[in-house]
Amino acid sequence: MTSTLTSRLAIAALTASFAVVTTSVEAETLRWARAGDSLTLDPHAQNEGPTHTLAHQIYEGLLQRDMAGEIIPALATDWAVTDDPKVWRFNLRQGVKFHGGEEFTADDAVFSLKRAMKPTSAMKELLASVADVRKVDDYTVDIETVGPNPLLPNNLTNMFMVDEGWTTANDAVEPQDVANGGENYLVRNTNGTGAFMMVSRAPDEKTVLKANPDYWGKGEFPLEVTEIIYTPIQNSATRVAALLSGEVDFIQDVPVQDLERADAQEGLKVVKAPQNRTIFFGMNMGDSDITADNVEGKNPLADVRVRKAMNMAINREAIQKVVMRGQSDPTGVIIPPFVNGWTAELAAYPTPDIAAAKAMMADAGYADGFAIRLDCPNDRYINDEAICQAAVGMLGQIGVTVNLNAQPKAQHFPLIKNKETDFYMLGWGVPPFDSEYVFNFLVHSTTDKYGSWNGTRYSNAEIDALVVSLATETDTEKRNLAINKIWETVQSEQLYLPIHNQILNWGMKDNINFDVQPEDQPHFKFMTFSN
Amino acid sequence: MASFNQRLQTALDSDLAFAFKRSPVAMTATTIFALLAIAAVLAPLIAPYNPFDPATLNLMNGFTPPMEANEFTGQTFTLGTDDQGRDVLSTIMYGLRISLFVGVAAVLFAAVLGVTLGLLAGYFGGWVDTVVMRIADVQITFPSILIAMLIFGVAKGLTPVEARDEMAIWVLILSIGLSEWVYYARTVRGATMVEKSKEYVAAARLANRSPLAIMFGHVLPNVMGPVLVLGTIGLALAIIAEATLSYLGVGAPPTQPSLGTLIRVGQDYLFNGEWWILFFPAVTLLALALSVNLLGDWLRDALNPRLR
Amino acid sequence: MLAFVIRRVLQALGVLLVVGFISFCMFQFMGDPVEGLLGQEATEEQRRELIERLGLEDPIPVQFVRFVGNAVQGDFGLSYRLARPVSELILERLPATLELAFVSAIIAMALGIVLGVFTAINRSGFAANFIMTASLIGVSLPTFLIGILLIYVFSVQLGWLPSFGRGETVEFFGWRSNLGSWDGLRSILLPAITLGLYQMTLIMRLVRAEMLEVLRQDYIRFARARGLSERAVNFGHALKNTLVPVVTVTGLQLGSIIAFAIVTESVFQWPGVGFLFIRSVEFVDVPVMAAYLLLIGALFVVINLIVDLLYFVIDPRLRSDRAGSH
Repeated sequence: MTSTLTSRLAIAALTASFAVVTTSVEAETLRWARAGDSLTLDPHAQNEGPTHTLAHQIYEGLLQRDMAGEIIPALATDWAVTDDPKVWRFNLRQGVKFHGGEEFTADDAVFSLKRAMKPTSAMKELLASVADVRKVDDYTVDIETVGPNPLLPNNLTNMFMVDEGWTTANDAVEPQDVANGGENYLVRNTNGTGAFMMVSRAPDEKTVLKANPDYWGKGEFPLEVTEIIYTPIQNSATRVAALLSGEVDFIQDVPVQDLERADAQEGLKVVKAPQNRTIFFGMNMGDSDITADNVEGKNPLADVRVRKAMNMAINREAIQKVVMRGQSDPTGVIIPPFVNGWTAELAAYPTPDIAAAKAMMADAGYADGFAIRLDCPNDRYINDEAICQAAVGMLGQIGVTVNLNAQPKAQHFPLIKNKETDFYMLGWGVPPFDSEYVFNFLVHSTTDKYGSWNGTRYSNAEIDALVVSLATETDTEKRNLAINKIWETVQSEQLYLPIHNQILNWGMKDNINFDVQPEDQPHFKFMTFSN
Repeated sequence: MASFNQRLQTALDSDLAFAFKRSPVAMTATTIFALLAIAAVLAPLIAPYNPFDPATLNLMNGFTPPMEANEFTGQTFTLGTDDQGRDVLSTIMYGLRISLFVGVAAVLFAAVLGVTLGLLAGYFGGWVDTVVMRIADVQITFPSILIAMLIFGVAKGLTPVEARDEMAIWVLILSIGLSEWVYYARTVRGATMVEKSKEYVAAARLANRSPLAIMFGHVLPNVMGPVLVLGTIGLALAIIAEATLSYLGVGAPPTQPSLGTLIRVGQDYLFNGEWWILFFPAVTLLALALSVNLLGDWLRDALNPRLR
Repeated sequence: MLAFVIRRVLQALGVLLVVGFISFCMFQFMGDPVEGLLGQEATEEQRRELIERLGLEDPIPVQFVRFVGNAVQGDFGLSYRLARPVSELILERLPATLELAFVSAIIAMALGIVLGVFTAINRSGFAANFIMTASLIGVSLPTFLIGILLIYVFSVQLGWLPSFGRGETVEFFGWRSNLGSWDGLRSILLPAITLGLYQMTLIMRLVRAEMLEVLRQDYIRFARARGLSERAVNFGHALKNTLVPVVTVTGLQLGSIIAFAIVTESVFQWPGVGFLFIRSVEFVDVPVMAAYLLLIGALFVVINLIVDLLYFVIDPRLRSDRAGSH
């Protein structure tokens, strides 16, 4: 690992110095727009893409993913498993300062990781296998896991480091309690080590960042962007208009219907890549009766035949062709192909067959169908509301009358977390690129450390035990077998109704050199400009 | 009642009908409005498809341009299809239904409420007048769209999610109606105060007729002219208010779209050349509002010759 | 004089109190503040403590008086959605809305008067008829559609003007303004036109009607007979006399311009109070909704009051009018 790291760093340094020679030192302001805003500045309060994107510019973790999705060092220079297979040792970068001038040390790292494990943290599932975090010396930290955890670094890419003194002094040791409408100092103030620092922020309106003059990564990253102006533009027509008329330089979430036009326009280009995110529907199969339906006394979704029939009624290719205009990859499993555990068999999906699906419904005793509410976000995923609407039509064909409740993500997500929805849309990315992450959040029954996003109420002790064992299984082959076994159960139980993997489209000015990051996480310190 | 019918008959026979026959604008506007109203009322019978029946819906028909065959299904639609594969012509006809229903119901609600309160205030005067007019002052402070959004917000906070879609239409009617009644009340109050002092009212009073009978039997027919003008202009306002609220997402739901909802959806496809999803609903809305406005304008001038 | 002023001020206060009561009712009956602040996992003890602290056990009139007291001091509590003081949020965004309303009122007045005079003088000309018809189309098109079309033509097709947001703003004594920079002026143009179009047609029709009325009057005919030029008659005499009602109507419309800014702000992503309000309605953020309601109510009452008092000064006949209504 160390050798590849050094060579990578050498290349990075080379390209960086090359960049300095070729481009002028003039200030490059990047005007960036996307559909939604960051939900909070507290780096541990939300495990959500757009929130992390903004946080990544300001804060850093011990390590991070680069624009190709590879793990590279950030605040740790290197890491390895110690002689005790349960203990990972991280050597921290020296001489790094927070924006407020405080030095980054092992105390901050320990404090930050412990903060991320607190009950109100949204990141705790990623650290579910962690037993203890210890300071060894000022620049060395040990993380001890319950059992050996070979994939621990994968879970740390979005685990941001805050300054202990600053956070404590501002009375924000506990992360913001989002589910209960809580707030703290960190929700509105930042103090990171990242390449950019906050200048001003008006939620939903505009956030301005400027380059951190004391950034440790000078010479390692291009750092050509000196100022970032971030504007969330919810209305997609307005967002595209802003790109087409040159008012913004870079947008995420290009509406699929406008890709062609944006790409064809002089001075603009659209860059595409498959995204590490699957879109699917979740169903409450665990409760004996549910509130969002019209069936009294029982839960139609508890019957696997109903779930299979619904799965069969969804015409994924029609959604891909019409709603997504080809910009998606239909699938039958809730992980994209990058993720360890994915197989072609899992991803196979049934051909839509209304007659057969209706027969299954009749089998289950719902020949006349039933009515149910579908909760759907309208500002989170590509065409989220349109996909839900299409599903309403398709499910209607097998007698399931769907009442669509589409609303902004900030209202939608609490429904899932608080188990207040029985049928909902969710999209899930897999930052560690391993199925274990998905199981921890979406398959394991809901407990303190696991299953916080498992809105299905599925609870199977055997599967739970298998999920927990993955964290400590060092034998790769055995581990992969267990992963496969869990997936088979998930599929045969039809826990979820997978729709597709998203394809990412970033629209930008011609002179910007920027690859699409598979997690939809632009790290602007990597952006370069050609003139 | 005979006198009411008689009066109406005379009015229609003489000035208004004569003026109508002489005004090409009024006749064109009436024709357009009548055509749109018929299309809306008969939508379930004459629309080519039922856009709300999922069984007839095929997503693969989505985004078919007008008069062109769909590349997957080969089907052709006169005005094309929208993002969900629904026939635009049919969604417009059903959307018209909702827009017109909301508009007419809101105007009726406002007129009945406003006329009644105006009559009471004008006839009785005193504290009744003061109370009604003060309420009107407060009411007029808030434009329709603000009232509608507040009522919508309150209703959203109080009702279960399942009931929201059905509730939306009634919230629209209630809120648009509530914001318009003041105009009727003020007009009718003024006219009533004038009528009250006239001899025929005094005579009716002497004949011991009840105030209610006098108000509705004698005074009301005489203030119907301005109410009619207000109602027509109010209908245009109500239709536009409904479209605006639906556009803002606080009106008719996407599964039960009005013209405003259709325009909101179509807006997303304006920049990439799929113009018909926005264009046809927008033109329909324009035709509807314009014809009603022209009628209102003409009616006002016809009833008030001094302005010509 | 004094009695009239006092009576109008008292009435205005009465209206405000009623509006305040409506906002208070929203607080009372929508969304349990205890649930909102504590969440489901709170213990019974925490709940009781909070109820006591918020004074939720006091009789309703006592709570209302406290609400009014707080409102007068600008204290509306925390926004449920953004977890920030409501007054702070509103103050932050109010300049954007006021400026937009102001610019659109100016545009509406200027264009409305010019077109109104033109159509009145050339009553039967082709251009005048065309303008009159176009104005009817203008009032028959909803604001949002006009906004979308303007964006499509001027931002996307022609690329002349920005399609969203405030652009560059300059700060004058804490007031963030669009009027201090070229970019800011360009940004405000499309939203202001969109917002002002309806008022413009209104003013145009009013000016036209008033002009026609005035042009019929005796003194105009005398002026013509005296050999004054058409221009001097039209602009020197006729227009001057139409301006009082025009200014009044524009003043009265200012409140509804601010309210209708909700639509324009949503189309153009204009970060004003209207945009804040519509997001708050989506999230059922009661404190923001209630505060916005009071704000609009107060603005309207103040404008009405000023117009009333101005009338009183201008028109001596009103001074004997005991009824005092308008």
